Amino acid sequence: MKRIALHLGLSVAAILTALPLWWMVAASFMPSGEANAFPPRLWPSRPTLDHYATLLARVQLGRAALNSLLIAGLATACAVAINAMAGYAFAKLRFPGRERVARLLVAALVIPGQVAMLPLFLLLKQLGLVNTYWGVVLPSMASIFGIFLVRQYVQALPDSLLDAARVDGASEWRIFRSLVLPWCRPILVTLGLFTFMGAWNDFLWPLVILSDSERYTLPVALANLVGEHVQDTELIMAGAVVTVLPVVALFLALQRFYLAGLSGGALKG
Amino acid sequence: MSGGVESRQARAGAALAAPALLLIGGFFVLPVAAAFLLSLTDFDIYAIADRDRLRVVGLDNYAALLRDRLFWTALANTTVFVALATPLSLALSLATALAVTAAAVRAASLFRTLFFLPVVTSLVAVAVVWRYLYHPRFGLLNYLIGLVGLSPQDWLGDARLALPALVVLAVWKNFGFNMVVFMAALQAIPATLYEAASVDGAGARTQFARITLPMLRPTLLFVAAMTLIGNFQLFAEPYVMTRGGPNDATLSIVLYMYEQGFRWWNLGYASAIAFVLFFLVLVASLLGAGLTRGKGAVQ
Repeated sequence: MKRIALHLGLSVAAILTALPLWWMVAASFMPSGEANAFPPRLWPSRPTLDHYATLLARVQLGRAALNSLLIAGLATACAVAINAMAGYAFAKLRFPGRERVARLLVAALVIPGQVAMLPLFLLLKQLGLVNTYWGVVLPSMASIFGIFLVRQYVQALPDSLLDAARVDGASEWRIFRSLVLPWCRPILVTLGLFTFMGAWNDFLWPLVILSDSERYTLPVALANLVGEHVQDTELIMAGAVVTVLPVVALFLALQRFYLAGLSGGALKG
Repeated sequence: MSGGVESRQARAGAALAAPALLLIGGFFVLPVAAAFLLSLTDFDIYAIADRDRLRVVGLDNYAALLRDRLFWTALANTTVFVALATPLSLALSLATALAVTAAAVRAASLFRTLFFLPVVTSLVAVAVVWRYLYHPRFGLLNYLIGLVGLSPQDWLGDARLALPALVVLAVWKNFGFNMVVFMAALQAIPATLYEAASVDGAGARTQFARITLPMLRPTLLFVAAMTLIGNFQLFAEPYVMTRGGPNDATLSIVLYMYEQGFRWWNLGYASAIAFVLFFLVLVASLLGAGLTRGKGAVQ
């Protein structure tokens, strides 16, 4: 009896959670006007791909998808490399001031990113990076969270392995490349996923930095689209699907890496 | 310290950490410090064109904030949003974590994935979707509440309902994240504790109050702090769904900062707003850290 109630409650909660996403997908396939019917439909009467075709042809959302892919890909590649190096250094290599810097970084975690935004904009304007991909990517190329995620993982790497490699005459760079990097591949996948999704979904910073609609990322382009085509519900929903689907697919494919990052206590630094 | 190996390691460590530290220093720490200096000036659209127009005004921006009706509205809205969304998200995520980890549940990983799905979606995209769900005439929500006999509401157009409507969206979007963190903490509680309690005749409710909650306390405080900080940064929902309206009922601190800074180019004034946000987050974090101290949650 109690078991049935538990499953019933969970199922109702799961349906309510999935309903907005379900409706988004269903409405994106509905013929024009059908999403604005009462009572609301949860299934297209005659599924159509028209709105997706319109997105690609007329409103250039394909271009925005490409921009998002480029920006998120660039941020991910840089963040994984740079945070892996620093995470390893903070875990295993004693350099002067290491502990003090680590404490400062932890303290800086409470500063909301928006505080840096206004001067950062002026700085990037000076550097000629406003309205460029690099301007969007630069602030997310290194992250305190990423450093500590890697550091925590690498701490479990046995020192004896590193020492053995040193005795064999391997250079520090070689040890990092051929011993440390392969060893921490799972956490680098996790970090890559977090970075990619963060960059893909980010809104405020790309909104600030990108002024040319040719360079908009998907969330910025979608917010813009809503401003211009608010009546075309089905079109907007197709745009939302295009924005959401790639990261959801990525998450479903690699979810064990993603959840490992949350469950390992890694977030506690 | 004189050994060759140690100095070689020190050099390598500094070299490997340098790119990250330079980037964080240059694109985060330095701008934060600059933001404080900026908040002491009257930096505006004229100063962007000509730096000679810049004047140091001390704490004038902060004094002006105190007299700014819109700022107080944004502060009040954000506080209400945080005060509603944070406990709701914690309660829902703890309840679902307990339900999904209950021994009798089948297909637990399917439930977990479903509850987590909103977390990975783009906030802008789901805010757009919810804007239509809240539609006064065609929205799914009004249809659903109509089924149980309630009358339709203009969720985003009614100044009393708009902020709570954003709270519901925010809780829906992020409770799955907290749920996963709670699930990991629940699974880390030794089963022997519950077995011993059962032997002593403790019921489910007593076990929850005496074992589960105390064991979860560090995680609970950590999750509460993270959720609180995230909620203080409310921006995309009002930007996409209400533009801060109706009648400024959903104007948030970050939205107001964005408008002052990047729409009207009052960068000095906007920096002062950013620092008030920083101050609020700092106070909330310190309160959380004070509560956590001695419990071994923060390493």
